[in-house]
Amino acid sequence: MSTTTVQSSAPADDRAPEAPVPPRRAVRRGERSLAGSLTSHGLLIVASLIALFPIAWLVYLSLGPDKDDYLHPGDILGKMTFDNYAFVLQHTPFFDWLVSTLVVSIGTTVIGVLVAATTGYAVSRMRFPGYKKFMWVLLVTQMFPVAVLMVPMYEILSELQLIDNYFGLVLVYCSTAVPYCAWLLKGYFDTIPFEIDEAGRVDGLSPFGTFARLILPLAKPGLAVAAFYSFITAFGEVAFASTFMLSDTKYTFAVGLQSFVSEHDAQRNLMAATAVLVAIPVSAFFYLVQKNLVTGLTAGGTKG
Amino acid sequence: MTVVIDRATGKRRGDRGPRPGPLQRLKHSYQKFWYAYAMIAPVVVVLGVLVLYPLVRGIYLTFTDATSLNSARTIGANHIEATYEFIGLDNYADILWGPTAYDRFWSHFIWTIVWTALCVLLHYVIGLGLAMLLNQKLRGRTFYRLILVLPWAVPTFVTVFGWRFMLADGGVINSMLDAVHLPSPLWLEDTFWQRTAAIMVNTWCGVPFMMVSLLGGLQSIDGALYEAAEMDGANAWQRFRYVTLPGLRSVSSTVVLLGIIWTFNQFAIIFLLFGDTAPDAQILVTWAYYLGFGQQPRDYAQSAAYGVLLLSILIVFTSVYRRWLARNEQQLAI
Repeated sequence: MSTTTVQSSAPADDRAPEAPVPPRRAVRRGERSLAGSLTSHGLLIVASLIALFPIAWLVYLSLGPDKDDYLHPGDILGKMTFDNYAFVLQHTPFFDWLVSTLVVSIGTTVIGVLVAATTGYAVSRMRFPGYKKFMWVLLVTQMFPVAVLMVPMYEILSELQLIDNYFGLVLVYCSTAVPYCAWLLKGYFDTIPFEIDEAGRVDGLSPFGTFARLILPLAKPGLAVAAFYSFITAFGEVAFASTFMLSDTKYTFAVGLQSFVSEHDAQRNLMAATAVLVAIPVSAFFYLVQKNLVTGLTAGGTKG
Repeated sequence: MTVVIDRATGKRRGDRGPRPGPLQRLKHSYQKFWYAYAMIAPVVVVLGVLVLYPLVRGIYLTFTDATSLNSARTIGANHIEATYEFIGLDNYADILWGPTAYDRFWSHFIWTIVWTALCVLLHYVIGLGLAMLLNQKLRGRTFYRLILVLPWAVPTFVTVFGWRFMLADGGVINSMLDAVHLPSPLWLEDTFWQRTAAIMVNTWCGVPFMMVSLLGGLQSIDGALYEAAEMDGANAWQRFRYVTLPGLRSVSSTVVLLGIIWTFNQFAIIFLLFGDTAPDAQILVTWAYYLGFGQQPRDYAQSAAYGVLLLSILIVFTSVYRRWLARNEQQLAI
């Protein structure tokens, strides 16, 4: 940055004695007038407030002790407590839900990324017969509405005794996460030069060796995004989890949270507190990988 | 790799010699690509068992009259065999032009189209606007970006509950509207306002993805193009129209397609926002779920038939979209 300013100011000094330049400084590219940058800041601040408010509001409501406090938010200010959190941690199946959510999401992430990585590599490097059809299948699988597979999967899983079973849910989630991750990783592998593969082969590595020792380490950002996508898919999925998990100790958070609001009783304060507790670790995880997010997500897109 | 290239160049394809038979070709491609097949084997198994087989089974179910009352089930120690029967295309006929087809299918169909179009349009326009704001040299833009990504970072099922508190009658949104003397609609009860609320929440949830993807696209546009345009006297609008938009074309065509598919299939937001209370605000996906799992007796056959119809709509749409892109000499990036 400093070099460009020096360079651009230097010719201006040279020119100054020769021709009287009007004092108005030319606006350089990338610099905005004061009004322009104020508008930008203003718009961004408004957008940030809109993005932030619902979440901040949820946090605020979770501090109110009474279940109808969300109707009188002003009252909460006087009686803020962490009682809801204490209650949720001690008297609800919160930790059961945490365990099942983690088992399901981490299981999906590990299996999904492994399978997707080999697939992505194969379709990125090798034009084998059936390649086009295979890519088409991967794309079509992504757009399966939950409704198509829900009923038959329910039947099949109940025949295999996998209803109300973590492994069953992991398998179901893999079927949605893997195709997208494979596409995504294919895009990422495409950006890694083929010469690296060839060098590996020349040095005597097997195709799997090339993949495991050379390509995977280079594709870490892409893998991070794929892992993140699988994790979030499994973590936030509602439809399958609500249908396939029956006992309330095996609920994932997405289902457990709904159970606070039943027909008889709506414990909205507890629900808000649980929601906040759930959101914190996931959001932290999100921000850890978000640096790779832009590069990974658009790796396939930008090269066109 | 080298082996493959040698063979490809060494073997001259053309009129010389007869074309090898299918078995031989299969053997040949197996020798050449065995590791490719080995690598995609796991995914083929996963998709075959978990997608293809259920799909075939689901399509079969749509030709039957299966409900939860006549399907195979186990009550206590007794196992009851399935008794549903093959009824051909009756389910489809009933859904598409049966006696109350408009109320059950077409009204939801129209609303689903409106919902998808409006949501994706809002996602794209707002996302692009924010991406362009963030693409300038601006103090604190990393900070802005971190906050703006928040709706994506927090799981949907959490934020939807936050919105439910806010939209409830007497919740904060209506209190605010009251305070400035605007009418306060019944967001979660009145059909029109339910739909508005659903679009609002979905827009809020979906903008960050567009913003982040488009920002990546913007950053990959060569700055020299803008300089050249400026030298040629292009004003801000012209620079946007003739440099930014064409530069974003491949990213846009991809994220718009993904956005359409995801919004069309968006289950969580409407399901969690309204539950079973809003029959008219259900899009086809949530409606199909309601038929299959939200009511008693569960109507498996109709639900599966809805699913197949939905999938056909999406496949037709995607093919048309790809063909349209190909005609404009673009390729889908995903």
